[in-house]
This record gives sequence, C-alpha cells and structure tokens, in this order.
Amino acid sequence: MRKVLLFTVLMMFSHQAFAEDFFANLLRFKGVAPVKNDLYEEGCSECHYAYQPGLLPKRSWEKLMLPDELEDHFGENAELDEEDRVEILNFLVENAADTSFYKRSSKINRSIPDDVVELRITEVPYIKRKHQPMTDKYVKNNPKVKSLINCNACHREIDKGIFDDDTILIPNYGYWSELDDD
Amino acid sequence: MKKFLILAAMLSAMPLLVQAEDGGAAIHGLMDKYKAEGAGPFSAEAGKKMWTTVIPHEKKGEMFTDRSCATCHNAPPTTPGKHKKTGKEIAPMTLSSFGINKKTGEKEPRFAVEKKVRKWFKRNCKWTYGRECTPQEKGDFLAYFKSL
Repeated sequence: MRKVLLFTVLMMFSHQAFAEDFFANLLRFKGVAPVKNDLYEEGCSECHYAYQPGLLPKRSWEKLMLPDELEDHFGENAELDEEDRVEILNFLVENAADTSFYKRSSKINRSIPDDVVELRITEVPYIKRKHQPMTDKYVKNNPKVKSLINCNACHREIDKGIFDDDTILIPNYGYWSELDDD
Repeated sequence: MKKFLILAAMLSAMPLLVQAEDGGAAIHGLMDKYKAEGAGPFSAEAGKKMWTTVIPHEKKGEMFTDRSCATCHNAPPTTPGKHKKTGKEIAPMTLSSFGINKKTGEKEPRFAVEKKVRKWFKRNCKWTYGRECTPQEKGDFLAYFKSL
C-alpha cells in the first residue's frame, strides 16, 4: 500500500504541469468561485463591478432581482428585460454563497443570520468585520476608491475570486500587507 | 491603372464608412418603431427643451424636484457626463462619441445597439421623470442627439 502511495505521489510531481494542477486544485476553493456569465457582466458592469454570485446567499439574490427591487436598486433604476432578468437571476442563484464550496462563500453564508435577507454585500457581517480597518482615509476620502462597493479598486485579484491580504493594493497607499496601520 | 486607383481609394475608405455608420446605427430603426406607435414627426428643438425640463414627481413618499437629463449628462450633452451619485463617467450623447464596454474594455459607439438604447431610455426616464417617456419624447431626444 505504501509503495502504491509513494508511486502515485511521485507520478504526480514527475510532470510539472501535473504538479501545477495539483497545487491549483489545493487552492481552488479558497476564495469565492470566479464564475462568469456574459449577460450578467454586460448588464451589471455598466454601472458597478459584477460582484461574484458567491458573495451573497440565494435568498438575497432572489430579492434583489425582483422586478420591483430592480426598479429601485439602491436608489437607481436598474430594470431589465424579463428574459435577461430571469437568466441573470438563475446564474446568481446557481452560484450563490450557500450553494458554493468555496471557503469565503461559506464564511459569508455562516455569518448571516437565517432570518436576515441581506441586500448589501458591504453589510454581510463577515465582510463588514473584514473591512473594519478600512477607515475613511483609505476609502471614503480616497478619490480612487470612494466606497466599499468598488471592490476592484483594491482587490487586485478579484476577477479570480481571490481576496487574500497580499492581493490588496490600496490606491495612494500601497499594499495592505505592507502598511503600518496601528 | 485608373480603375485600380479608384478601387484602392474605395477600399481604403471602407473602414471609415463602416465606422461612421456604427455610431447611431440603432436610431433610425427606433424612430421607425416610434412612428409605428403613432409618434412623429420628431423635433430636435423639442428634444433640446425636454432635456433640461424638470418634472417634479413622488416616489415611495419622497419628492424629486431637481432631476433632469442634464443632471448627469450635462447640457448640451456634448461633453462627458457624470452620474450624480456614483460619479461614473458617462460618454457624451453625440453620435460620434464612444462609451467603454466595462466587460471587454473596448470602445463602443453610441446608439449602436437598439436593446441598450431601449434599456436606458426606460431606466433614465423613470429615474428623471418618475414615468416612462412617450414614443414622441424618445423620438425627439434621438433627433436632438442627431443634431449635436
């Protein structure tokens, strides 16, 4: 048995591409799923970053995507053709935080009480806690950030679903991991 | 030789022609549809007037008394506008201007895709006036953009 194991491990690392795949797989479920949908990106990124579906649970997307809600989408009208609305809703629900195996999606989901339908990503307890050190100087008064809703202003690997500390580059300040902020 | 030169000139002019047609490509089709709904003829002058008109309206108990197209798009909308709340830059409303497709990062000519024009008319008329625009109003706006 040990020989078989050793052989397998050796085989895995004997080929570089295979080894890379192996490590990529180990990392795969760390952030949130970097899923894509053309219609979602096209339609929603006209106004804001196309937030990954794994940043909110299913019940939140279902409420956000109701026609009445879209008509008043945080004060803006974001109405869609019915056909587009349904396709985008399905994409969001299928990849929502509570259907994802990704680590951060699970943490997001667990942090929201069952009886709460959170509509703002920035109000999700896990995300809110993580952003506590982000004082006004970094966000609100930083012309290149302005608001926490502009995730991609600082999260440089967000398109891959990665939010690790060492991928946070705050405009006008530098890498978060290198900043002394005590 | 002469024929060849003419052909060469035609070929080299083609990209220009195609590009010129791209911006505003959806306008005529839309105007025809508005006409089919009983609107027309369309007036750039009426569109210009409506552009800065404020129609006070109430929504969910809140009164809106300062919204016009110019709030975000400027008047005349020949320079880049700015979303009142988010600060998002908005391409000028001239047929020759380009927006940036956020998904692809590529330049996109204004009024080239009918679906997009319909989508934004619906959203922005409701945001600005608290109701959808009539086919006449939409046609007038398009005539105004064409005249810029």
